[in-house]
Amino acid sequence: MDFTLSKKHEMARTLFREFAEKEVKPLAQEVDETEEFPRATVEKMAKAGFMGIPIPKEYGGQGCDILTYAMCVEELSKVCGTTGVIVSAHTSLCCDPILTFGTEEQKQKYLPDLASGKRLGAFGLTEPGAGTDAQGQQTKAVLDGDEWVINGSKIFITNGKEAEVYVIFAVTGMVEKKPGRFMKEISAFIVEKGTPGFTFGTKEKKMGIRGSSTYELIFTDCRIPKENLLGKQGQGFKIAMHTLDGGRIGIAAQALGIGEGALERTIEYTKERKQFGKSIAAQQNTQFQLADMATKAQAAQLLVYKAARTKDQYTVDHKTAYGVEAAMAKLYAAEMAMEVTTKAVQLHGGYGYTREYDVERMMRDAKITEIYEGTSEVQRMVISANLLK
Amino acid sequence: MKIVVCIKQVPDTKGGVKFNPDGTLDRAAMMTIMNPDDKAGLEAALRLKDQYGAEVTVITMGLPKAEDVLREAIAMGADKGILVTDRVLGGADTWATSQTLAGAIRNLEYDLIITGRQAIDGDTAQVGPQISEHLNIPVISYAQKIEIDGDSVIVERQYDDRYHVLKAKMPCLITALAELNEPRYMTPGGIFDACEAEITVWGRANLVDVDDSNLGLKGSPTQIAKASDKVRKGAGEKVTLDTAEAVDYIVGKMKEKHVI
Repeated sequence: MDFTLSKKHEMARTLFREFAEKEVKPLAQEVDETEEFPRATVEKMAKAGFMGIPIPKEYGGQGCDILTYAMCVEELSKVCGTTGVIVSAHTSLCCDPILTFGTEEQKQKYLPDLASGKRLGAFGLTEPGAGTDAQGQQTKAVLDGDEWVINGSKIFITNGKEAEVYVIFAVTGMVEKKPGRFMKEISAFIVEKGTPGFTFGTKEKKMGIRGSSTYELIFTDCRIPKENLLGKQGQGFKIAMHTLDGGRIGIAAQALGIGEGALERTIEYTKERKQFGKSIAAQQNTQFQLADMATKAQAAQLLVYKAARTKDQYTVDHKTAYGVEAAMAKLYAAEMAMEVTTKAVQLHGGYGYTREYDVERMMRDAKITEIYEGTSEVQRMVISANLLK
Repeated sequence: MKIVVCIKQVPDTKGGVKFNPDGTLDRAAMMTIMNPDDKAGLEAALRLKDQYGAEVTVITMGLPKAEDVLREAIAMGADKGILVTDRVLGGADTWATSQTLAGAIRNLEYDLIITGRQAIDGDTAQVGPQISEHLNIPVISYAQKIEIDGDSVIVERQYDDRYHVLKAKMPCLITALAELNEPRYMTPGGIFDACEAEITVWGRANLVDVDDSNLGLKGSPTQIAKASDKVRKGAGEKVTLDTAEAVDYIVGKMKEKHVI
């Protein structure tokens, strides 16, 4: 068993780190403060190929693997959680389901623009009454001639107003699972910005990742072509779960990056900050805290990379299951991020509580990783269900 | 169009500089980067490739690990990489280096050769112009803008407080300044391709029309007496005074620094 990264992954990390330090870090505080979507950064990332890392070259992507993509989200998130999630939601939640379940025509039509970053992608599953319980969907799609007519709304949609291509889930009927027991039949659709009947509701004012564009999507008699059905009718729940399994690797990488970033800042700070005539890094309490933070960050990295590698294996054989690995990586990395950023603020003392210091933002950014793309509780459900099956 | 770009792997000065006992750099012990002026030269070549279509070959002389800098160039968009490495080439000064690179380039077809102005480890700015002398082609140094016009290049050459516009028939050699452009990033897909790309490795035997007396430490007229870390110059001071006051001011400063 070899834990060393290959030459190409090392080079990719160097690239992502250099880009993050030079292009993303200087803007992170401003993006948080103004809650403005970092459009110029996304354009730069598009130019550098970051918006289509695991998409095959035949569809205009970079033809790399999930590990490379996870390392990209990790390095971006070390300096800016907002930028990390923009890449993650776009890649895992929009490009991936189209690549995995789309027809050849859909892939040819949408992936080149998505993978090149010309268009940004988003994913709409969550509704006011359907969070963890995805079966609680109220949005409906009805086939009318050659068009699907969608009515309903989606909330908390990352890349909401900035995206141009959306993977949307809606109820398309009822199916009898057991005699007398009916369940909603959910299907997935590709909806483009600008389609009549598709509008945006309110922008969420969030605790963290404040530069990401989180919006409500509203569908009022929104008519889309019949061929925009993604996968088969009724396959929506499967597509959503498959997509979220992959998305969790992206969010785990985001959480990992936030934790690692906070650790780096804290190491720098504790060496400089002097109390009682010596640096606080010379105090044993600080040393022990840093040791715990680093150990947990390292453990999280191993889980995230293992999940990414397992999904890479799935890409090759279309058999290997990676859902449990992804759930473990996200659960652990998210809780690590919350714990490490909280300790980072504590070690920064009063300064850490101010917006002058990055760790304040990082602690707020970390919290969402325990909630979106499956709460930590959902991850525990996924992991334990696999143990007890 | 065929463009050859000479690049050099140099110590990353952020990581500290180490020297061998003979005063030459201990390259094996240092973190390395692509020399910034060379990177700007490569970017200029890649922009010409984007605009006019070109085949860009990068060439470097160095230790086997200098292969890394060629892969980085390929990950940015260069088409081919050539590593010139041989024990007999070690310890080369600018003369021996330019002889070596010219000897290697004689194997290639080219319309344009682009080098960086100077490397941040030696700071001589000699290798580019020397290569052009050996190959008997024109050189335009300190380029801050490059355009192609038929079979010629039009270059803005930086010159103190102004620039000169020069036109030269190709083939010719241009030395580039880091200020020429903002080099692009590697792409993730480019990195994957670069790691699979075959790097051509040449040794002494592949050099054309070069005498052994011009190669390596023995072929280097420059002997390093002492080497040290670069001490950064300050930004300087600008004062506006009339002539008499200015003379007094300068004399005062020179006395202060014990120059006179």
